[in-house]
Amino acid sequence: MSGNIIEIRHLRKAFGDHVIFSDLSLTVKKGETVVIIGPSGCGKSTLLRCLNGLEPIQGGTIYLNGKPLEYGRKSLVKIRQKIGMVFQNYDLFPNMTVLQNILLSPVKVQKRNRREAKEEAEQLLEKVGLREKADAYPDALSGGQKQRTAIVRSLIMHPDILLLDEITAALDPEMVHEVLDVVMELSRNGTAMLIVTHEMAFAEAAADRVIFLDGGRILEEGEPQAFFHSPQTERARRFLSAFTYSES
Amino acid sequence: MDWSFMTEYAPLFAESARITVMIGGIGTLLALVTGLICAWIMYFRIPLLRQIAAVYTELSRNTPLIVQLFFLYFGLPKAGVVLSSELCGIIGLTFLGGSYMAESFYAALKTVSVSQIESAESLGLSRYQTMRYTVIPQAARAAVPPLCANVIFLLKETSVFSAVSLADLMFTAKDLIGMYYNTTEILIMLAAFYLLILLPVSVLFSLLERRMNRGRI
Repeated sequence: MSGNIIEIRHLRKAFGDHVIFSDLSLTVKKGETVVIIGPSGCGKSTLLRCLNGLEPIQGGTIYLNGKPLEYGRKSLVKIRQKIGMVFQNYDLFPNMTVLQNILLSPVKVQKRNRREAKEEAEQLLEKVGLREKADAYPDALSGGQKQRTAIVRSLIMHPDILLLDEITAALDPEMVHEVLDVVMELSRNGTAMLIVTHEMAFAEAAADRVIFLDGGRILEEGEPQAFFHSPQTERARRFLSAFTYSES
Repeated sequence: MDWSFMTEYAPLFAESARITVMIGGIGTLLALVTGLICAWIMYFRIPLLRQIAAVYTELSRNTPLIVQLFFLYFGLPKAGVVLSSELCGIIGLTFLGGSYMAESFYAALKTVSVSQIESAESLGLSRYQTMRYTVIPQAARAAVPPLCANVIFLLKETSVFSAVSLADLMFTAKDLIGMYYNTTEILIMLAAFYLLILLPVSVLFSLLERRMNRGRI
């Protein structure tokens, strides 16, 4: 089990009678970037939300660094420091500046020294090109800048893994790039990530492994090259063909 | 216009204005506290208390203040509870205002989206910290305009206190009209004194609103 940051075994998740996953297993190794793709409603986001404890699960076990996750309130607080999550709609806190947004968790949850955390925040902001926006409020930022801030807000916690839930889906095309550049850099530096995205070119470039999810099951799993250029299943072929426009 | 009449009775108006402000102020403040407690109960859907809060708000909002006051002033003594006019005014205003405050505070809390709360939780914030650092600051900002409206509404509602012989502005005005028939002068004085009380409140709240919007677009 060593080397696995996340190991999901026989996960079962249902909303009432509506079963999302009946038996899903998946691992993410240390330093690995795993990209999940699949049609809307296939359970991609739900999977990330289960990992972060935002959704209770109905069966199976999720291991973080070999330890099974517990869903009590206290342990959730600990888990969430280890599992960072970035959302589609950024969800920065509008009542705080960029810097305050970033420092909230390290200072209030991790009880780190404010000055030391601030220094790190500034370094991280510098890295994502937002050093001069530290004192701006989210309302004054573009979508891309907000999302880069949200990534920094997660990174400063030093999570073992980062969950990215369609983080470019709400962005203008021009801003997608600046956000993906940041993620690409993280991937190169060996940050373990589980990414849900519809950006196929990015998925191919960043992923160490691609998982194709449909109907709550993993239909295909493999190297990005192989998956994108010679998918094994008909379902994956049909899904991928939807991303290249050809007149029928 | 009889100016000498107005100057003669200005001190009497000032004294009744003091009573209006005092009883109105205490009642409004208690209404605010009641509203905060009820909004909290409604927001966290605390069982039992939630049903009680629901019955209270319906009862309070769907009966006129004057009926509530009559009940306190003329009804309760029949059950052996005799309250002074002042106490009736304060209790009545608190009872009426609490529900209005509760509804607007609850609505303000609800303006903070679920995704904001999840975002805070996913950063490891406890439930208390989520409220303290994200929900309450945002809700407070949303609550200022309705709070202002409620405070002004309640201070104006004090004008029915005269019905339970509380010597507020309205009471004094009616009294003087009955004695001297200087209706125009008295009504102008009455309106002027209400403005004198309420305009500063309006100004104060717009300053507060502006302050809370600092740094926002």
